Amino acid sequence: MVWGTSHQKGQTMRRSTGLLLVTVLGLGATACGSGEPATPATGGAEAVTITVACQPARTAPKERQAWDDDVAAFMKANPGVTVKSTDQQPCFDPKTFGPKLAGGQMETVFVVPVTNYDDVISQGQALDVTPHTNLIKNWNDLRPDARELVTRDGKVYGVPNVLYSVGLVYNRALFTQAGLDPNTPPKTWAEVREAAKKIAALGPDHVGFGEYSGGNTGGWHFTQAIYGRGGDVLTPDNTKAAFNSPEGRAVLQTLHDMRWADNSMGNKLLIGWESLMVAMGGGKVGMMLGAPDVVTDVVTKFRGKVSDYGITGFPEAKASLSGGEAYMINPKATPEQVKAGMAWIDFRFNTVGKGRFDFARGKAIGNPVGVPDNAVYGDSPTGQAIQADRVKNATLPVENYQSYVEAAASIPPKSEPVHAQEIYAILDVPMSAVLSRKDADIGQLLADAETKVNNLLAAKG
Amino acid sequence: MGVLRRNLTAYGFLCAALFCFTVFAWYPMVREFVLSFQKTDLINPPEWVGLANFRGAVQDPAFWEAWLNTVEFTFLALLCGYAVPFVVALVLNELRHARAYLRFVVYLPVMLPPIVAVLLFRWFYDPGPGLFNQLLDLAGLPPLAWLDSSSTALISLVLVSTWMNMGSATLIYLAALQNIPSELYEAAELDGAGIFRRIRHVTIPQTRLILLLMLMLQIVATMQVFIEPYMLTGGGPENSTVTVAYLMYQFAFSQMNYGQAGALGMMLMLVLLVFAALQLRWTREDPA
Repeated sequence: MVWGTSHQKGQTMRRSTGLLLVTVLGLGATACGSGEPATPATGGAEAVTITVACQPARTAPKERQAWDDDVAAFMKANPGVTVKSTDQQPCFDPKTFGPKLAGGQMETVFVVPVTNYDDVISQGQALDVTPHTNLIKNWNDLRPDARELVTRDGKVYGVPNVLYSVGLVYNRALFTQAGLDPNTPPKTWAEVREAAKKIAALGPDHVGFGEYSGGNTGGWHFTQAIYGRGGDVLTPDNTKAAFNSPEGRAVLQTLHDMRWADNSMGNKLLIGWESLMVAMGGGKVGMMLGAPDVVTDVVTKFRGKVSDYGITGFPEAKASLSGGEAYMINPKATPEQVKAGMAWIDFRFNTVGKGRFDFARGKAIGNPVGVPDNAVYGDSPTGQAIQADRVKNATLPVENYQSYVEAAASIPPKSEPVHAQEIYAILDVPMSAVLSRKDADIGQLLADAETKVNNLLAAKG
Repeated sequence: MGVLRRNLTAYGFLCAALFCFTVFAWYPMVREFVLSFQKTDLINPPEWVGLANFRGAVQDPAFWEAWLNTVEFTFLALLCGYAVPFVVALVLNELRHARAYLRFVVYLPVMLPPIVAVLLFRWFYDPGPGLFNQLLDLAGLPPLAWLDSSSTALISLVLVSTWMNMGSATLIYLAALQNIPSELYEAAELDGAGIFRRIRHVTIPQTRLILLLMLMLQIVATMQVFIEPYMLTGGGPENSTVTVAYLMYQFAFSQMNYGQAGALGMMLMLVLLVFAALQLRWTREDPA
């Protein structure tokens, strides 16, 4: 290779630098001007584009196609409305939620889990949709407690999409292997302990009862357990901690005894939602606290064998932590986008026999149909129609979930404490302590956590 | 004007560098400083709250635990991550055979994406089929809880961090060692100095500048430890691995309290600035 003279090289370098600068400036100009031009609609309707979250991932092609078909049907029925889907998984991610909203990247219609309702609503990150609830045709059939969860000071900030209570998810196959009757699952904590011992005895890699202890999931499950036993996390006026109680001690003592006296909980601390789900899907965990969607997720995302899983009522339940999600609207949406967004929520998520309630289509494409994973319509006429359709098209053994359905109907739901995430982080400590230390002092752990929560509440005012 | 034209290329590159630093380093730092005095939801106009975010951060139940854990992690990481690479570099420097191959082997972990390295160690630490407990079993020793006990979790994270980062430090030490004139060692040998006296009186003084620089850089890097507790322990058990950077993450992305996260970030930056200033002063004073 022959190199040019230094003069030639200098010219080439200057040209390259100039090109680089032009390219950078050009890219900047392109980025600045990438706003979407308004497209006039045909037929005289005003053109509006909305983005909607939760399109199934490419790894689920049949579900994705069903979604895309729904988008096409919706756009056909609503001339002038263009729907663009996003497939970020999970749909709601607290890590990206705020920055997406601030950066103008948040979808017009997005989903929020019940755990995050307080944060999102109190920080003004969801639009007040009170004037638009009439666009949800079955609005009055939604369970009042579900609507209450998205209401603050009489204003509605979302459309409840899913509501469920916590139960006991169990592996029927392991029950059979351990000599237990899968059709009569445990109803008391004493029975849970006995069943866990028998399942753990199946082999060194078997876990009778799986439980979380970190990443805020420990505190979340502590709350589930103490609610179930009739206790509370905070006093009714939300000014003091209330978990240093006989119910709180019973939660930790039971876990401690199962871990150290029975050796039925395995020897690994589980942090983060998926850790226990992976273990459950692996077929070596006998039981865990969870909602019916655990069954669906274990089967669809973690390759569990569908016939192996059942769910029953929470042992000795006196109340149940409400779980679920709601669709909310971006506070920056235009009035036209709000209307189109609410129409999409109504079409896709609130129409019997359509969208996500199209169980016949779900059956045809091989989805697990039959898990009672959504009680958002309760016993209303809409709820009854959905339930009948679900049973009619069931591909799963619905009898495996019947005891849950019967129990859930009589257990009062209870919402999460205020400042849930901060409190869960504090409650992770006693949960991880009893599962990692044989000599854990439960009274001291609860007293320490109580002091921390009281200080937190005092600081928050 | 002629000077400007002559140096156009240099100015072009300077502008690009300044642009990148401004957008990706200085602007976020200034933004974080401002954020630490504001209450914001990233949607509505931020509200000035004075020192409330700083007070909130200090009053958080995990605040002091996070600082203590960070200091402990930094101390342990320095013990391992500072001394071990220096010893490995000394050994590599003395080798006559397979030096290139061993240098490659030592550097290999640095080429792994950190997340992969951390996930690898998650399996190593698994209390059941994990590699480390299998090795302990082969040696007839009882298994350890590694990440699942508050007494061993932090040191387990230190081991991961040391393994991931020692390659770069070793290569830097090795380069410094190879710059030491061999006459100095020959003179020391003629004076009857053994290996340890040669290290003490020749190697360490000759590499003093690099050793100081690496000490400061490692303190600054290890005090920002995040990925190891985030991926392996979630700050547990019993908050034994909550670090300052992890707590910042919790404030921002779990509690959506961006102002408080910014305040904690400013506190960490102030502490790190002290070390950076010390490093500048020591390197200026160095006669070399």
